Amino acid sequence: METLTNTAPAAPATEERPLLDMRDVEITFQGSNGPVKAVRGANLTVMPGETVAIVGESGSGKSTMALAAMGLLAKNGKVTSGQILFDGRDLAQATEKEYQAVRGDQIGMVPQDPMSNLNPVWKIGFQVKETLRANGLGGKDIDGKVAEVLTEAGLPDAERRAKQYPHEFSGGMRQRALISIGLACRPRLLIADEPTSALDVTVQRQILDHLDGMTAELGTAVLFITHDLGLAAERAEKVVVMYKGQVVESGPALELLRNPQHPYTQRLIASAPSLSSRRLAGGTTGETVAADDNVIEVEHLTKVFKIRDKGFRKTEFTAVDDLSFAVKRGTTTAIVGESGSGKSTVAKMVLNLLEPTSGTIRFDGEDMGRLSEKELFRFRRRVQPIFQDPYGSLDPMYSIFRTIEQPLKVHGIGDAKSRQNRVRELLEQVSMPASTMHRFPNELSGGQRQRIAIARALALEPEVIICDEAVSALDVLVQAQVLNLLNELQENLGLTYLFITHDLAVVRQIADNVVVMQNGQLIESGTTDQIFAAPESAYTANLLDSIPGGQLLV
Amino acid sequence: MPDTQHTTVPGASEAPSTPRTGKISKRRIEHFVAPLEETPLQAVDSVREDSEPLGFWAESWRNLRRQPLFIVSSVLIVLVILVAAFPQWFTSVDPRSCPLEFARMGPQPGHPLGFTYQGCDIFARVIYGAQSSVVVGLFTTIGVVLIGGVMGALAGYYGGWLDAVLARLGDIFFALPLILGAIVIMQLPAFRESRSVWTVVMTLVIFGWPQVARITRGAVIEARNADYVTAARSLGLSKFGALVRHVLPNSLAPVIVVASISLGTYIVAEATLSFLGIGLPASVVSWGNDISSAQISVRNDPHILFWPALALSITVLSFIMLGDALRDALDPKSRKA
Repeated sequence: METLTNTAPAAPATEERPLLDMRDVEITFQGSNGPVKAVRGANLTVMPGETVAIVGESGSGKSTMALAAMGLLAKNGKVTSGQILFDGRDLAQATEKEYQAVRGDQIGMVPQDPMSNLNPVWKIGFQVKETLRANGLGGKDIDGKVAEVLTEAGLPDAERRAKQYPHEFSGGMRQRALISIGLACRPRLLIADEPTSALDVTVQRQILDHLDGMTAELGTAVLFITHDLGLAAERAEKVVVMYKGQVVESGPALELLRNPQHPYTQRLIASAPSLSSRRLAGGTTGETVAADDNVIEVEHLTKVFKIRDKGFRKTEFTAVDDLSFAVKRGTTTAIVGESGSGKSTVAKMVLNLLEPTSGTIRFDGEDMGRLSEKELFRFRRRVQPIFQDPYGSLDPMYSIFRTIEQPLKVHGIGDAKSRQNRVRELLEQVSMPASTMHRFPNELSGGQRQRIAIARALALEPEVIICDEAVSALDVLVQAQVLNLLNELQENLGLTYLFITHDLAVVRQIADNVVVMQNGQLIESGTTDQIFAAPESAYTANLLDSIPGGQLLV
Repeated sequence: MPDTQHTTVPGASEAPSTPRTGKISKRRIEHFVAPLEETPLQAVDSVREDSEPLGFWAESWRNLRRQPLFIVSSVLIVLVILVAAFPQWFTSVDPRSCPLEFARMGPQPGHPLGFTYQGCDIFARVIYGAQSSVVVGLFTTIGVVLIGGVMGALAGYYGGWLDAVLARLGDIFFALPLILGAIVIMQLPAFRESRSVWTVVMTLVIFGWPQVARITRGAVIEARNADYVTAARSLGLSKFGALVRHVLPNSLAPVIVVASISLGTYIVAEATLSFLGIGLPASVVSWGNDISSAQISVRNDPHILFWPALALSITVLSFIMLGDALRDALDPKSRKA
C-alpha cells in the first residue's frame, strides 16, 4: 500500500491469469479540433470473479475505458496504443467480427439509462431472446429460458412479464430486465456502466444487492463504473480512480477510502456527501431563530391532476395530499422523497407557478392564493428558484450578462450603468470572474452554470430561494463547491432555503429541518439531527440505510 | 401502469440487510498511486479566461463560413440577387425588343445564347427574368415565415383550444395540393383581373404557411417547457414576454432552415404556375413564362428551353444548398454542450 509505483502492475501474487488486463491503454478521439486523448496510459486488471469499480467525474474517461474493452467506441475513437488482454488474447486491434464473438457470452453489459436502453417497440421477452439467439443459446425451450433468466434478475412472474412492453415497467424493473439481458449468456465479465444512477436509492440498493448475489453465484467478474466513490467502495473489492483520462490511484476499496494517497482521491473523499455526516459549518441552527418566525407556512396543501384516460374519461391523480409544514426564516428546510413523491409539485406551488387544488400557502403571513397580479409581481422578487438541470435553466441565446441582468430589467431596477455594476457584484458573490459576463452558457461547465443560476436568483435580493434538486446533476467536487457557496450566502445574506432533493446525503450537509414525503403524503418531519439519528418511520429508516457508503467510514 | 419495485422474489437470493461494510478480497491487490507530476491537479471548475466569447449566432457563423457548401451557395445567391436587382449591369439588350427576323437563330456576336421563337435575345430574357423569380421567392418566404411563424408560435405556446383550432386550420390548407389550390384561387375574379407578382406571392403564402407553422409549433413546444422559461416566469416576466424573449429566439433556427429551403421551392412553384399560364401575366419577363413559351419549339430548338431552365435550376439549387448548410450549422444537436 505504501509503494508508490509508477509502472504497470507487476506480476500478480497468485498464479491466476487476469480475466481483463488493460495495459497502458491510450484512446484517441478525432474531434473537429484535432485529436483528443480521452484515456492516457491507463492500466486496469480484473481477476476472474472479482468486482472492480472505476470511479471518476464526468469526462474522466471511465466510460471510454469500458467501451474500449467491449470494442464499442464511437466511430471517431480508437485505441491508439497499449493492449487490452481478455483472457490472454489481445483485443485492442481486434476486428468487429472477433468482438462479436466475445460480446454477450464472454463480456456482458448493463447500460446506464434503463429508460432509453430497451427498445420500446419490442416486448421484454423478445429482447432477451435476441441476446440468447445471437450467442447460439437458442435451443428448443427458449421461452422457458427467457423466463428463467428474468426470474434470476429478480423479476417476479417472469412469464407474464416477458410478454409486456418496456413502458409497462418501472425504472427499477427495466434495469432488472437489462441486467437479465446482460447476464443471459453467462458472460465471464459483466460491465455495468452507472447501472443505477437514474434510480432512487432504495431501488438502487435492491438492485445492487441482487446483482452482487447473482454475480457471486455465477462467478462473474464485474467492472463497475460509477461517479459515486461511496458506492464503489461498498460494492467492489478494488477501486480504480480516474482523473482526466488517467488512472491516478487504484487499490483495495476500503484501504483506498481510508488511506487515500493521491491528492485527487483525497479531494474526492473529502467532498463525497455520502461519506460525510455533518452539516457544513457556518449555517444557522434551529435554536438561534425565533421559534415562530415562519417565512413559509404550508397548510393542508393538496394538488390533484386530471389525467386523460382512454377516450373522454379523466382520472384524478393526487400528487400532493394534505401536506403541512413551515419554514423558519434564515434556515434550510429540505423536502426529501423518491421520484413521484410530489416534492417538485410542492416547489412549483410555493413558487406560485402552479395553483393548489386546496389548502393554503402563506408567505410572511400573506395568503398567496389571494394575491392580485400586482402583488404577485412583488412576491416574485422575494422568492426565487434554482433548478436541477444547469444545462436547461439558462437561455442559450442570452449572454451571462443579459441572463443576470434580466430580473433587474424586468423589475425596473436602476439604470444601465448601475445594473452593470450589480451584475459584476453578483458574479463576485458566486465567485465567478467578471469577465464571464460576455460569455454564453454553452462555454461554461455545469457547476459554473449553476453558479450563474444562483447569481440570477440573488439579483432581486430575495428572502427565500427554492432549490429544486439544485446540485443533483453536478459532479461530486463541484457539488461540494456549490453547497459551500449556498451555505456561505445563507450566512452572509440571511437567506432561507427550501431544498427539494432525493439525496439524503446532501440533506445532511445543508439542511436544518427535513420533511420526508412519499406518494404525496408527509411521512415525517423534524430537525435533521433528529431524523438522521432516530427516524420514526420505516420508510425514512430505509431511505437512510440505502445511502451508499454511509456505513463505511465510521 | 408500472408496478412498484417492492416485490420479493421467490427463488432469487436477496442480500441480507445487515450493515454493508464493503468487500475484502482474498487476493493481494496492489495499491497504485500515479506520480503527481503526471496529472497536475487543476482548480475545481476554473473558468477559461483566454478564449473568445462566443454566442450561439457567432458560433454558428464560425461553423458556417468554413463549409464549402455554404461558400458556393452564397456566392451563387449573391450573384443571382445582383442580377435581379441590376439587370442592366449584365446586358444592354432590351429583352422586350423581339425582331422576328432573328427568331430561333443561334448565338450571334452580342447575343451569346441566341434567340427565342419570337426573336427575343435569350441572354437578356434570362437576366431580366431573374427579378420576378427572386421577388416571388423572397416575398413569399417572408410572408410565409411571418404568418406561419405567428400562427405556429401562438398554437404551440398557448396550447389548448387555440392550438386545436389553428392546427386544424393549417391541416386544411396542408391537405390541398398547391397547384390545384392555386389554379382555383388564380381563377377567382379578383385575382384574374389583376394578375401580378403580388397575386402569385399571395397565393403561395396562403398554401405555404402551414408548413412553417408546423415547424414553429414543434420548436416552440420544445422550448416552452425549458427551465429557463420557468425561471424567467418566476422572475416576474409575463407569459407573453417569455414567449417573445426566450421561446421565440430559441425556436428560430429550424424555421430559418426550412424557410431557406422552401425559398427555392417557391421559385419553382412560380415557374410552374407561369408555365400553366395562371401565374405571372405574359407581359412580365420570367423564367416560368419563358419555359412555357419555349415548349412549342422544344424539339427543333431545345436551347430556347435550356437556358431559362438552367438559370432556374441553379438558383433553386443554391437556395436549397444554403438551407442544407444552415441546417448543419444551426442544428442544436451539433452544438457543443
